[in-house]
Amino acid sequence: MASAGPGLESLVDQIISVITNDGRNIVGTLRGFDQATNIILDESHERVYSTRYVLINCDLLPGLLSNALIGSLVQNSAISNKFLSWCLKVCCQHEGVQQLVLGLYIIRGDNISVVGEVDEELDARLDLSNLRAHPLKPVIH
Amino acid sequence: MLFFSYFKELVGKEVTVELKNDLAIRGTLHSVDQYLNIKLENTRVVDQDKYPHMLSVRNCFIRGSVVRYVLLPQDGVDIDILHDATRREARGG
Repeated sequence: MASAGPGLESLVDQIISVITNDGRNIVGTLRGFDQATNIILDESHERVYSTRYVLINCDLLPGLLSNALIGSLVQNSAISNKFLSWCLKVCCQHEGVQQLVLGLYIIRGDNISVVGEVDEELDARLDLSNLRAHPLKPVIH
Repeated sequence: MLFFSYFKELVGKEVTVELKNDLAIRGTLHSVDQYLNIKLENTRVVDQDKYPHMLSVRNCFIRGSVVRYVLLPQDGVDIDILHDATRREARGG
């Protein structure tokens, strides 16, 4: 529960999640701040939301593709996009969220969009390995 | 100062703040300061599937400089009073 006043006083020594103007997400403990929203973050890490896929069933892919290729040669048709995206679903898995350790960080206020108070219970329940996100757009003033 | 006072009147109401990065956050207005920094409670991102970055955040502070729009509740604005106030301010009084 945030206390009265618009500043960040109520969040000091709590875990916060910062979204920067270039679309990065940094999570850490708020140690200090000033009028311009410059902030000091301790034990911080960046959460990198990936849009990439990683191969998990490498051995499956060649078989599937060669079968499809033979099929398409026999039927004299191209491999459909639908089939290719199905192959991707079977053989690949989304990369999920990577956590990059940053340590002690100072972020200049100019570069901050949102400071969120992290609810640790909710945060613990997040399945980061299975979370996908559109990249956040940079802030354009 | 006018809009600072205006937003102070809106404290406790449900608003949606759209940021300059297209993120839209809905929540109860908790407080505003001189820079028009905004604090929201019980927040949720409007397009949560697309932007799950704030799933574990319930209260947040939004820097005034990144706000594009504040979407107000229907009863949140008395146009006549606001008209008068803006004219008075424009006249320098």
